[in-house]
Amino acid sequence: MSALDVVLWVAVPYVAIAVFVLGHVWRYRYDKFGWTTRSSQMYESRLLRIGSPLFHFGILVVLLGHIGGLVIPKSWTEAAGVSETAYHATAVALGTVAGVATLGGLAILIYRRRTVGPVFSATTRNDKLMYVLLALTIVLGLAATVVANLAGGGYDYRTTISPWFRSIFYLRPDPDLMAGAPPLFQLHAISAMALFAIWPFTRLVHMLTAPLGYLTRPYIVYRSRDERRAPRRGWEPSR
Amino acid sequence: MRVMAQLAMVMNLDKCIGCHTCSVTCKQAWTNRAGTEYVWFNNVETRPGQGYPRTYQDQERWKGGWELNRRGRLRLRAGGRLKKLLTIFANPLMPSIQDYYEPWTYDYDRLFSAPVGEDTPVARPRSLISGEPTKISWSANWDDNLAGGPELAPSDPVLRKVSDQVRLEFERAFMFYLPRICEHCLNPSCVASCPSGALYKRTEDGIVLVDQDRCRGWRMCVTGCPYKKVYFNHRTGKAEKCTFCFPRVEVGIPTVCSETCVGRLRYIGLVLYDADRVAEAAATPDEKDLYEAQKSVLLDPHDPRVQAAARASGIQEDWLEAARRSPVYSLIFDYGVALPLHPEYRTMPMVWYIPPLSPVVDVLTGTGNDGEDAGNLFGAIDSLRIPIGYLAELFTAGDPEPVRLVLRRLAAMRSYMRRINLGQDRDESIAAAVGMSGRQVEDMHRLLALAPYDERYVIPRAHAEQGAQLEELATGCSLDYEGGPGMAGPFGEASGRAAPIAVESFHALRERQSGEELEEAPDLRGRINLLNWDGKGTPEGLFPPRRNGGEEK
Repeated sequence: MSALDVVLWVAVPYVAIAVFVLGHVWRYRYDKFGWTTRSSQMYESRLLRIGSPLFHFGILVVLLGHIGGLVIPKSWTEAAGVSETAYHATAVALGTVAGVATLGGLAILIYRRRTVGPVFSATTRNDKLMYVLLALTIVLGLAATVVANLAGGGYDYRTTISPWFRSIFYLRPDPDLMAGAPPLFQLHAISAMALFAIWPFTRLVHMLTAPLGYLTRPYIVYRSRDERRAPRRGWEPSR
Repeated sequence: MRVMAQLAMVMNLDKCIGCHTCSVTCKQAWTNRAGTEYVWFNNVETRPGQGYPRTYQDQERWKGGWELNRRGRLRLRAGGRLKKLLTIFANPLMPSIQDYYEPWTYDYDRLFSAPVGEDTPVARPRSLISGEPTKISWSANWDDNLAGGPELAPSDPVLRKVSDQVRLEFERAFMFYLPRICEHCLNPSCVASCPSGALYKRTEDGIVLVDQDRCRGWRMCVTGCPYKKVYFNHRTGKAEKCTFCFPRVEVGIPTVCSETCVGRLRYIGLVLYDADRVAEAAATPDEKDLYEAQKSVLLDPHDPRVQAAARASGIQEDWLEAARRSPVYSLIFDYGVALPLHPEYRTMPMVWYIPPLSPVVDVLTGTGNDGEDAGNLFGAIDSLRIPIGYLAELFTAGDPEPVRLVLRRLAAMRSYMRRINLGQDRDESIAAAVGMSGRQVEDMHRLLALAPYDERYVIPRAHAEQGAQLEELATGCSLDYEGGPGMAGPFGEASGRAAPIAVESFHALRERQSGEELEEAPDLRGRINLLNWDGKGTPEGLFPPRRNGGEEK
């Protein structure tokens, strides 16, 4: 276990998590006005209508796949009667479809952002950095899967990467598990951690306020003129 | 019964001359910022015409407002909650900038920087969206005064509903202006469409607002509003809309559009309504009954039972008094001449309109008849199907009867008052023919033609019990322009918070009370601010120099 391994697989993850969490708290407290999707649909919607749903639905499936692969221990799925071959086949099939959809959607969106004048001029440096890291993470992740499967029966990340991922959250980090992983998986993880570290400071924050509450709230929202300011003592309205 | 108060407006279309003063002053006050170049919280459209954004009234296409489902219950025309969330990544019903218009500026610098040459330099138009040279081909009032009439006006969605005859009659066109602001609906579909719950209706005065801190730019409100009066600020990525000038009405003065209206055609007043009955009324099965249903939700402020219920819901006496004096209530109920705009959208709009009699009078005068004689006018109103049909599509979901009644009342008022002006006897029969008394006609004439400022705008102030907090309602720093010294925070405008004024005053006061010397203010440049001179010291220039050369104290 080299010093680099400790830095990469112990220090960096905790820094990334801390920045991700505290960054969101800070941004929410001080920059609610900036917390938006900053949609560019007004400028162009023909390409967006294909690219955006392709990307977003793709990445949601990818997210579910990562939860399934990283968070759920192998022993649980096996206890449920799912064999490694069955798991692997499903993961590769679903992952490839979702991954290709995500990457295709992202490609359309980046093409649109570069070629449609108004969209390009509304793109900030912050956006560009975010796009680079996002694309890099997705490409590396997809490449790692594809390369591992082309080379042979795939890579069983559930015996190395997943336990390492969970060990971070158990506060008993085990960098050795990750040190032996194939380089593409390692690069994917590093790129992802960088993405999480800049996440709170980019427009990606919109993900954290996905409006699921809309499904259950009443349609019409009433609010008092200023609900935050209850009348001070001695200033209550007269009857 | 849950009584709520609502600030409402009435516009008397007979008096609108289409001068756009309301639009311009509103724009100067609210939407003269980057990202809102194309936004007009108030706009004036020529009717017949396509409107702004183009053909916004075509709900088959834009799917704004509410509709009834098979079980007769209200649902958003653009789809339910789940459908909204599934189409959130690319809203299929969102108007593009071209549907409004691409805002532009001119390359003025060219006029000065062009080299000497044969030709006069020209300031070319440039798009404010892409920055590229552009060709101006549409704007918020491109078809003003029926410009481009025969080609553009037939695409008016309202006109298409009326009849084919219109096309033939176009030579003898009728025309009027329709100023539009947000309707501040009782059943707002924009609020219902907002996934984040950022849009809300204020309980005190019914004004519909967007919480800029909660809006996430999902854009569903733009689709939800059938009047297309919620706009997307493409720079900040947030929705913005008409605020009914709440900072003004809270202190009892009218909105900017009303204040500056040259024709004095706007009225602002309070109405009381039963919030529990709104959904039921909006779900009235027959569209043509919606006008009456909407009226039935409003409550009579003179009724003691309504007053008692209003007090129980926390409405203050001065607001009840304002509701009793409301010109809006009078125009809707006492005189019965104000109609809602497109009640068939089922949003219960609260900006009401007095339909214009002028098109009818003009046609009548054009045929050589006395356009202000009651008999002639009544006859013309009954026979001129197109104006009536068109107005009915705008104000009563196609039912011509209420429009006819309103126009007859306006016609009766003209003839009745003309007799008085000419020194003839009051003719009660004219008033009786439209179900009014002569007294009522004169009162209505006073309100429509003569009413001074405080009768047209009866706006109760927001409650002063919160006065102590008003100090904290800082209106932002004048240095907060882009790149300015007041520009706070790494995320641009409005990121971070300003120090509360109370804290600033506390420090300033302490400094002044405990400091030895009067603080030298560098930017006063030798002048003295007498307002904060507290008798300490003798600032230079405040007193004439002593003659005897004695030492200064």
